[in-house]
Amino acid sequence: MRLTCPLCGERDIREFSYRGAAVALDRPAPDAGEAAWDDYVHLRENPAGESRDLWHHESGCSAWLVVTRNTVTHAVLKCELAADVKGAAR
Amino acid sequence: MAKLIAKKPCEGLLPIAAGDCSLTEVTPEAITSIAPAKGKEKSVSDALKKAHGMVFPAPNRATGKEGSRLIWTGRGQAFLVGPMPKAIAGAAMTDQSDAWAVLRLEGATAEDVLARLVPVDLRAATFKRGHTARTMLFHMSCSITRIGATAFDIMVFRSMANTAVHELSTAMKSVAAQAR
Repeated sequence: MRLTCPLCGERDIREFSYRGAAVALDRPAPDAGEAAWDDYVHLRENPAGESRDLWHHESGCSAWLVVTRNTVTHAVLKCELAADVKGAAR
Repeated sequence: MAKLIAKKPCEGLLPIAAGDCSLTEVTPEAITSIAPAKGKEKSVSDALKKAHGMVFPAPNRATGKEGSRLIWTGRGQAFLVGPMPKAIAGAAMTDQSDAWAVLRLEGATAEDVLARLVPVDLRAATFKRGHTARTMLFHMSCSITRIGATAFDIMVFRSMANTAVHELSTAMKSVAAQAR
């Protein structure tokens, strides 16, 4: 598997480490309530198909990436800087 | 007071040579990480241009020349390798001088040696003089910069100097043996 880091270009998977679903980008407000926090901390989708994950380009530029990929076909559809994704959401 | 003995990161390990490749140690006066704050990229680059004659490098690029280089080392960060800089407004700067070992691999088969250890295409067609990459040297995080047609500067954490020299010397010997 290879990921195309927006800064470094196409790189081997061994340079990256996996963090998990990109829900970490949507942190609930401190007073959002137990249900929202329970969901954020513990509950994860397990999609057969498109998923959005956070990856760290650990041995490269140290950027956090949001990778959209398909868990059925293994196609990597999109690699974006998490900073850009988060910045655009603001 | 105890008298401390200054030692280079690769003290007693280098230089070595095998085939047509040599591995030597480079000991810059200082290594400083420079990270411009958000929105200060331009002013920091201008200040660097004024003080050191080179601009803040784009991703995967190095600016400057022998003895004084700015090497891109990650998102929003570059290392000034060579002179000890004065403080620059709008930039986070950290002295990294004793944290890194700088190795110079030079020789006609330097690319072949690195091809055994690095998962990035470092051939001259894609990785030209002034190009740099943050990547891995076998299992070590490293920074590799092409400084000439057959020469690369490789930076690894100082604590990994011994391992880096071991890995590189093994690859150098292997490439040399196959050329025979």
